Amino acid sequence: MELKELYKEIILDHGKNPRNFGKCTNYNVDAKGHNPLCGDKVHIYAKVDKEKKVIDLSFEGEGCAISLASASILTDVVKGKEYSLAERIISDFLMMIKKNDKMKTNSLDEDQVTTMMSLSGVKEFPMRVKCATMAWHTLSEALKGKNNE
Amino acid sequence: MKINEIRNNFPIFKTKINGKKLVYLDSANSSQKPKTVIDRMTYFYENEYSNIGRSVHSLAVTATNKFEETRDMVQKFINAKHREEIIFTKGATESINLVANSFGEKFIDEGDEIILTELEHHSNYVPWHYLRKKRKANIKFVKLDENLQINVDEVKKLISNKTKIIALTHLSNVTGGITPLKEIIDLAKTKNIPVLVDGTQGAPHLKLDMLDLDCDFYAISCHKLYGPNGLGILYGKKKWLDQLEPYQGGGGMIDEVKKTNITYAETPTKFEAGTMQTAEVVAFGESIKLLEKIGLKEIKDHEDKILNYGLEMLKKDNSINLIGTPKNKASVISFTLKGIHPHDIATILDDDGVAIRAGHHCCQILHDKIGVPATARASIGIYNDNEDIDILINAIGKCKKLFS
Repeated sequence: MELKELYKEIILDHGKNPRNFGKCTNYNVDAKGHNPLCGDKVHIYAKVDKEKKVIDLSFEGEGCAISLASASILTDVVKGKEYSLAERIISDFLMMIKKNDKMKTNSLDEDQVTTMMSLSGVKEFPMRVKCATMAWHTLSEALKGKNNE
Repeated sequence: MKINEIRNNFPIFKTKINGKKLVYLDSANSSQKPKTVIDRMTYFYENEYSNIGRSVHSLAVTATNKFEETRDMVQKFINAKHREEIIFTKGATESINLVANSFGEKFIDEGDEIILTELEHHSNYVPWHYLRKKRKANIKFVKLDENLQINVDEVKKLISNKTKIIALTHLSNVTGGITPLKEIIDLAKTKNIPVLVDGTQGAPHLKLDMLDLDCDFYAISCHKLYGPNGLGILYGKKKWLDQLEPYQGGGGMIDEVKKTNITYAETPTKFEAGTMQTAEVVAFGESIKLLEKIGLKEIKDHEDKILNYGLEMLKKDNSINLIGTPKNKASVISFTLKGIHPHDIATILDDDGVAIRAGHHCCQILHDKIGVPATARASIGIYNDNEDIDILINAIGKCKKLFS
């Protein structure tokens, strides 16, 4: 368990300067996630259109560097994607965190895959896995809800 | 036994954490176990084990006697008037739930008031919340002063003729502040209001004397008192316990069971339903022996020295914000570090073998009050020393470097 495997430069950067932080304009989907054990909170906002595409995506929250970085990366990667692709990316990411799987590229560019893979170090820190997955679960639930409307 | 040799009695300190010496600063969460306690459990299971209070065979007699010997030791340890005032539970949480249920059922009705404080652990709020809902009772929270300390005048303000019980902590698990219990209990006595003390953090650090303190109930968690997990104690004045109905029903707690009616055993048996934690209770006797052998005053002096050294070292760093500055405190230091979340601090400290806790420490009311969702907490036990503080300070430096 090497600390630098967890706190990679890219994560520290996203943690300190989270992308897409705040409420995106005219959001029509939002969902909250929270970890009662440590008090981490995330609130996801998305603007989706009739063609089931996530046009805009942002978040607010408080938590550790891992949870902020994870939410930041999520919004960066999923923004602009259709529901079905977004869901594949999320489940791919969760499999990667839980099972050592490599990310399937799924029409993501190499940079995005590298960024998502940067969170893989969390596997070695079982108590921190939820920090890295909370935002992804939260968005997944929100999109499922919207899809069933 | 000399206090600086005490660490040798705790086998856990042979364990390396990430290749480093274990610096255990999480005793407020749970304390480590001395070898005598571990050995006593093993010996009991290998040589003396049986269920207690039921069978008449030799093993049952021995086990029952050993179990009851610990009750006598606890009575002496906390200076209670009667041995029957000691009830074994699964922890301080269950001890408080027992009182909230049994006392609440009998004495708390619609519109009655329960006084708690903003400092309470969830285990001394949630059980009263259930009662509030069940009985349509009200809960009032004593406001803390600027040092996050409970002040007797603030308690006084909340007392009314509807107040049925005051329940408050002896020692805060976040600030380490020691509650001025004597003054509060004296005040409550003048109004005939019973007082429950959550002694989860108090018992491991402060000398207990129930006759002198004169509280009505006192809850203890044995696993924080260098004893086995899954064991707690409720001290209750006999005059209350005799009046209360049992909290749980089951084997062992009855007098006579008929199809139409049931009568219960006497105190404390009526509160100890089902098979008890026999080995744990027997082994807890060894925790008491160890604490008495070192001496409670020596323990307090030793821990205070480390606490003061820790506070002094942490105050040197401007980026560290100490949570709560009660004048009278023990063992616990909570802090935040500018720009670094407590969970990240805890993970980075762990890399250096330093075990602390991060989070809201089951005190969301307090964390809402101070406006931070989480804090880092270092807590001191009998086995710590100044070198542990030095390693902690060094590791905090490493956090700052990583996040710089």
